[in-house]
Amino acid sequence: MWLKDSSIGRKFIMSLTGMALIFFLLFHGAMNLVVVFSEDAYNAICQFLGANWYALVGTIGLAFLIFVHFSYALYLTFQNRAARGNDRYAVRGKKEGVDWESENMLVLGFCVLGFLLLHLYNFWFKMQLAEITNGATAPEELATNGAYYVKALFTSGGCGIAYCCLYLVWLSALWLHLRHGAWSALHTLGWNNLKWMKRIKVLGVIIATLTVLPFAIVVLYYLGMNIGIY
Amino acid sequence: MATKNEDIKVITPEMAKIPAGPLELKWTNYKNHQKLVNPANKRRLDVIVIGTGLAGASAAASLAEMGFNVLNFCIQDSPRRAHSIAAQGGINAAKNYQNDGDSVYRLYYDTIKGGDYRAREANVYRLAEVSNNIIDQCVAQGVPFAREYGGLLDNRSFGGAQVSRTFYAKGQTGQQLLLGAYSALSRQIGKGKVKMYTRYEMLDIVLIADENGEKRARGIIARNLVTGKIERFFAHAVVVGSGGYGNTFFLSTNAMASNGSAAMQMYRHGAYFANPCYAQIHPTCIPKHGDFQSKLTLMSESLRNDGRIWVPKKLEDAKRLQAGEIKGRDIPEEDRDYYLERRYPAFGNLVPRDVASRAAKERCDKGYGVNNTGLAVFLDFSDAIQRLGKDVVAQKYGNLFQMYEKIVDENPYENPMMIFPAIHYTMGGIWVDYELQTSVKGLFCIGEANFSDHGANRLGASALMQGLADGYFVLPYTIQNYLSDQIGVPRMSTDLPEFAEAEKAVKAKIDKLMAIQGKRSVDSIHKELGLIMWDFVGMGRTAEGLKEGIKKIDAIKKEFWTNVYIPGEANALNNELEKALRLADFIEIGRLMAIDALHREESCGGHFREEYQTPEGEALRQDDKFAYVGCWKYTGEDSEPELIKEPLDYEFTERKTRNYKN
Amino acid sequence: MDQYIDIKVRVWRQAGPKAQGHFETYELKHVFQGASFLEMIDILNEQLVEQHKDPVTYDHDCREGICGMCSMYVNGHPHGPDSAITTCQLHMRKFHDGETITVEPWRSRAFPVIKDLMVDRGAYDKIMQAGGFISVNTGGVPDANAIPIPKPVADEAMDAASCIGCGACAAACKNGSAMLFVAAKVSQLALLPQGKVEAKARAKAMVAKMDELGFGNCTNTGACAAECPKSVSLANIARLNREFLCAKFKD
Repeated sequence: MWLKDSSIGRKFIMSLTGMALIFFLLFHGAMNLVVVFSEDAYNAICQFLGANWYALVGTIGLAFLIFVHFSYALYLTFQNRAARGNDRYAVRGKKEGVDWESENMLVLGFCVLGFLLLHLYNFWFKMQLAEITNGATAPEELATNGAYYVKALFTSGGCGIAYCCLYLVWLSALWLHLRHGAWSALHTLGWNNLKWMKRIKVLGVIIATLTVLPFAIVVLYYLGMNIGIY
Repeated sequence: MATKNEDIKVITPEMAKIPAGPLELKWTNYKNHQKLVNPANKRRLDVIVIGTGLAGASAAASLAEMGFNVLNFCIQDSPRRAHSIAAQGGINAAKNYQNDGDSVYRLYYDTIKGGDYRAREANVYRLAEVSNNIIDQCVAQGVPFAREYGGLLDNRSFGGAQVSRTFYAKGQTGQQLLLGAYSALSRQIGKGKVKMYTRYEMLDIVLIADENGEKRARGIIARNLVTGKIERFFAHAVVVGSGGYGNTFFLSTNAMASNGSAAMQMYRHGAYFANPCYAQIHPTCIPKHGDFQSKLTLMSESLRNDGRIWVPKKLEDAKRLQAGEIKGRDIPEEDRDYYLERRYPAFGNLVPRDVASRAAKERCDKGYGVNNTGLAVFLDFSDAIQRLGKDVVAQKYGNLFQMYEKIVDENPYENPMMIFPAIHYTMGGIWVDYELQTSVKGLFCIGEANFSDHGANRLGASALMQGLADGYFVLPYTIQNYLSDQIGVPRMSTDLPEFAEAEKAVKAKIDKLMAIQGKRSVDSIHKELGLIMWDFVGMGRTAEGLKEGIKKIDAIKKEFWTNVYIPGEANALNNELEKALRLADFIEIGRLMAIDALHREESCGGHFREEYQTPEGEALRQDDKFAYVGCWKYTGEDSEPELIKEPLDYEFTERKTRNYKN
Repeated sequence: MDQYIDIKVRVWRQAGPKAQGHFETYELKHVFQGASFLEMIDILNEQLVEQHKDPVTYDHDCREGICGMCSMYVNGHPHGPDSAITTCQLHMRKFHDGETITVEPWRSRAFPVIKDLMVDRGAYDKIMQAGGFISVNTGGVPDANAIPIPKPVADEAMDAASCIGCGACAAACKNGSAMLFVAAKVSQLALLPQGKVEAKARAKAMVAKMDELGFGNCTNTGACAAECPKSVSLANIARLNREFLCAKFKD
């Protein structure tokens, strides 16, 4: 199967799953932003995305995307290290125009994944999972009250500030990952040429920023609330 | 042919196998009547091709496409690296796409005239004839020639012609043409029709006598340069496209590994070495800058399209330039001597290479040189920049300007470039008949390695043309005339005594070299040889100087064979040994060049004898005495070579004094 | 102005493909900055030969930046710390007095070391043999001007075709990927109408051979294009991806 056996096929899978995840994040971020304006509206969305069949299918789909994206990343990296050979260069010079993140996508990927687990514990564990398991993991009556959990996490004094910072670090890693990932995905799909070379990199930055910004706004909003700016 | 090789003193047109008939029908007639090999028999015939330059790669690919089994050898790590790749300017063809009056005849005539009437008419006409096929072939292979906005091919003008007939691909024409031939070759390697041997160097040719006692080339002895192992290879015919011997001068525009050893191996087996003294000195090279220098870099001749060559009019300005007190741009227009435009108003800066080189030497000899060594002239683009704008100049020559700046560390847009002549190409080479077969049966020689088409001087953009003509369109036909008689010859074992003896001799030579264990490195001796060649067998030659040069070369030979030091082992990768084996042959070639130059008492093309010049300093031919190809026949290690003449009786072209003035 | 400098050269020495390699440091005095980098290595080798030591083995030939033979990793860069040139065009004026210069061979599984700084780049030839050509035999081709090709297309093909096959792209790539090399050829031939006929088959064949030979997967870091001595653009890789994916979806 060329999607597994050929290098461009593997890259194709990486970019497709990557782009699908970006779409999910855009949607997720837009949804989060609602909490800043109206907690009720946000909770309505939480309700809508509770333990319904479509939300569950979506969740399983997402898990599958992440699994594929990550296992391909490991496979590619393993192959690439082998292709590099056993002897490493004693001196590696800084290469003009080569971004740090592009050479450290796996590291960034691990950062993102690590925080993802934390994030799942913070929210999904207490909401969708609580609903499915009828309150085994958290009180079921709070399962669709997303706003409550957001507040609980980010506005609980010192611990809240720490969480805010942690989430901001996570979002930075995600931004870096996407800054390379977004244009690289387009490039891998062949959507690039000489004229678009520069533009597509700018487009990558825009996509990365648009994806990460809504999350960051929510975190900063609650950070402000926590330290009592308003 | 009943005549035995031993008795030949004069080569007649019949012996050179020149077809009868009018000039323009010779090649057609030849093809119509030559013998061919049928497809089933082609599969049973093996051909060895030495070299993967334009000639070698195109020949190997074409022969394999036809169905022959080809064994192809090159000394580099890949066939794509042969030195044809470094040709910059372009390739000539008589397409007349520019509607400026070009024709096959005109290309023929310019080439004959450019060669100072020392080339064979029939060969040159054939070259002009197939030139058009080459362009078609290359375009079909995907060579990205420069195009005009309408999408059709662009041309530029080159030295020695009044029409624009040069096709080009940026400043990398040789590279693109070679990659075209390389792609055709790769295709055949992929199909298994060509067996490619990279990092192999031929060290001898194996001749085996047939049932009539006639010796025929039947294989080679080659050294695997990675393992040092000496190996034997059989084939029904051997084709050598190993390039020229310009590196005899140590400093030349040739690649470091370019060598004349294959030519010397052919020569020692009875192939004549023709016109060895015809070496081309290219006028536009970056001047030498130090003793450590390993090679000279060529700046494309195309620069002369827009660049103007000059030196100061006043000697005191030259002195100040040499002392580094002023720069070229500081000298006002009225104090500049555009000596090519002054001496040759009709062709101006676009005179042929030999003329431009000698004119530069003349000025520098008189003390007008413009750099610290006094051995450089200016090539100035300020006019062109004013006329066309910097952008246009940059678009046309940007990569060459960049190359110049990287080497010299000076911006050629601001200050004129400095250039000086350097050894670039050797018109002389192994004698071949019309079929490109040497005087040894079954041994063919193509490309720069043979002598055939350029006479005493080659025009710019003609080397690529000749290499590809030989490889794509001439040899694949003519070799069949030979191979058609060989279909009954079975593949021979390389255990035959002839192979064993040749291998033994090669090993003995290597052992002898390794055993010297003297004090001098190969390069240090080679540099010394180069200086002698430049001083005594260079741009201006005299009888006295040449005699002196021969003595000095003999001394070098002695020094080499008694005092060279080669580290390492013979049966392993050993660059120094490779260089030593090549230098041993360069010394012999240098001597042969001097002998030939001494015997040719005239000035023609790249060969300039100071005794034979007009009062204005132009070359003076002696057509009554020297209108022949000087072929040298090997007579033994310690005896002088014997001269055999192939008269050049021009039937179709009138010999004139070359005139680029009006 | 160019000066004379004293330098130390730290060179990778490796007796053979299987031998254990190591760095060896040599001192060179009074090296003219106008000398090319390879001329400096020549001077070093002269010195070694004089001392009856084994000279440094390295690939080089044309010494004017076009044959693609020279292949040194100098101070952490393929072809050294200058842009758009090969090692043979690198000059000593890029280094200063007292500097220690580290010289390594290309390091990539597909380019095994033969000796010292010399590596085997036969893999690139094999990729070309798999499909880096237009299948035409000698003779029987149409007139060169039969198919007009727009100048911008011809120029772009020329830029892609300027690849010299030196291997710097795979050597510079942290993934040991040969994508830029393959993309340059696929691009050149896919752009030209003559090459379009086989474009799909070519892309598939060359990529399959590249994968088979153990080159890594491209992750678009751009190191290849940044270090390419002929400035072959990364955009060619997008074209290769496009050609390849279209070919696969057509199947």
